[in-house]
Amino acid sequence: MHMADALISPSVGGAFWAASASTIAYCGKKLKEAHDDRLVPLMGVLGAFIFTAQMVNFSVPGTGSSGHLGGGLILAILLGPYAAFLVIASVLTVQCLFFADGGLLALGCNLINMGFIPAFIAYPLIYRPIAGGGGQSRQWIGALLAAVIGLQMGALGVVFETKASGVSALPFQTFLLLMQPIHLAIGIIEGLATAVIVGFVSSVRPEVVGQSGYRSSVKSVCLGILAAAILVGGILSCFASKRPDGLEWAIAKITGHTELQGNQDQAHRSASRVQERTALLPDYQFRPSNGGLQAKPDSAVDLSRSGTSISGILGGTITLAICVLIAFGLKLRRSGCE
Amino acid sequence: MGHGHYIEVGKMDELGRSNSPIHRLDARAKILTTVAFIVAVMSFGRYEISQLVVLFIYPLALMAVGNIPMGFIFKKVAIAAPFAICVGMFNPILDRETMGMLGGHPVAAGWFSFISILVRFALTVSAGLVLIAGTGIYRLCEGLQRLGIPRVFAVQLLFLYRYFFVIAEEGLRMLRAVEVRSAGNHRLGLSTYGNLVGHLLLRSIDRAQRIYRAMVSRGFEGEIRVGSAGGMGVEHVVPGWINVAYLGGWCLFFLLARYWNIAGAVGSHL
Repeated sequence: MHMADALISPSVGGAFWAASASTIAYCGKKLKEAHDDRLVPLMGVLGAFIFTAQMVNFSVPGTGSSGHLGGGLILAILLGPYAAFLVIASVLTVQCLFFADGGLLALGCNLINMGFIPAFIAYPLIYRPIAGGGGQSRQWIGALLAAVIGLQMGALGVVFETKASGVSALPFQTFLLLMQPIHLAIGIIEGLATAVIVGFVSSVRPEVVGQSGYRSSVKSVCLGILAAAILVGGILSCFASKRPDGLEWAIAKITGHTELQGNQDQAHRSASRVQERTALLPDYQFRPSNGGLQAKPDSAVDLSRSGTSISGILGGTITLAICVLIAFGLKLRRSGCE
Repeated sequence: MGHGHYIEVGKMDELGRSNSPIHRLDARAKILTTVAFIVAVMSFGRYEISQLVVLFIYPLALMAVGNIPMGFIFKKVAIAAPFAICVGMFNPILDRETMGMLGGHPVAAGWFSFISILVRFALTVSAGLVLIAGTGIYRLCEGLQRLGIPRVFAVQLLFLYRYFFVIAEEGLRMLRAVEVRSAGNHRLGLSTYGNLVGHLLLRSIDRAQRIYRAMVSRGFEGEIRVGSAGGMGVEHVVPGWINVAYLGGWCLFFLLARYWNIAGAVGSHL
């Protein structure tokens, strides 16, 4: 999944470079605060370990093929997200410089796809909640799910970055259809390798696996979900289909209109008036301006796409805010009852 | 597969420690020039080929002056090439608009963008390889740190590099032990793999603890200074203005090549 420079435009490369560089700086700051001197040699040695482990192949049970460890997830399990990100970054940098595995301009993208996603999304939001303090089977499930989902997201990242750069002529859907199944297989392999190593280590020296000392807080989980919602809402909604959804399709078939005319009595009328006034983004589009100026056809398309994206982001944020408010409300009620 | 990586890194390490006018330049100048080069290459339009070709002078000149074997670099580019081919090979199919004529036959625009991708790939990859072969990891890390990369990351790169050989040798020994005991069956099953790599992981962690104790007993208090002196190679005997001239000169050339079609001018004079 290492992206070459040939795929990236300077602006996309530069943007992701900025994102990765700031993540590196942030992780460095967090590690300094932790004041754990032992991390310095440990991180270096584990980076060397990952490099070495990538040279060892195992045969995947049930198929004839062989696979090897990627390492992002297991580093996060051993070290926690901040140190793990730095180690992954160093491994990817060395791979880029010495083996031309991934381009220099694309290094920022690769760090996000293969470093940020396993360390800050797959580990804290998928592996940890599932495997937590549990036994072997929960570790296996957690590792497999985290690896598969993490790699799917990474592959999605590659497709998005390629599309945004506009260098390759491959259409979005085709690229997606190529990347996702392949990375499903890779994800399963990564999950298996991670699970079996973690399983061995926890049976022999369990304190190693639990020693990352990373405490996830409600705040960070919420931020993570918000980030994921923004990512999905903002990007994928650009490609949202204009075709009617199942309900609209069914209604159209029956009544010949895409929407029902609705009751005309007082309650319904005032309700729909309120809705018309308050809807920020009616039908997920920007409100047409009141002056009645007709937008040009192409800019209408552009506006509608950004409208959908912005409504995706806003919708995600508002939903999250409502969820958090409800959760706090429930929490307050509970502590009030005690 | 195991030995390949190990040998490659060793060869690069050897090249990085050699002495040449290129090696004597300040790492920062070389890093910045490489970045400028890659940005220049990637900023060309999708269908550009001939205007790009003149930029090959950069990696080729550095290889010549830096005593870096060209075959070594080209071989690495060739090994990494299938990826670029996969990325670009659909272009001739998808982009059918005719863009030129070759001996009477119309050539699809997709072919131009495909070849452009390959040319750009060769340029950027060789520039990156020449950077590390012409600088060496120690001077590179020092240069990176002086350019503003967080010290903890530069330290991490150096430690990773230093211990790669140690851990890799240990790993290869373990692999050989398995091979010798498997009577010809070289494929590792999943649970054997877990044990093998798990053991390697535990040994690595123990080694890290021993290293930490050794560092502490020698006065380590949490701060590592990244330096390139101490017999690691050639000190910077090049005065500062040469580094500035190197960076400035190459950037000027990249700008020139970007906005003026040198190859076209040469061609039209023939």
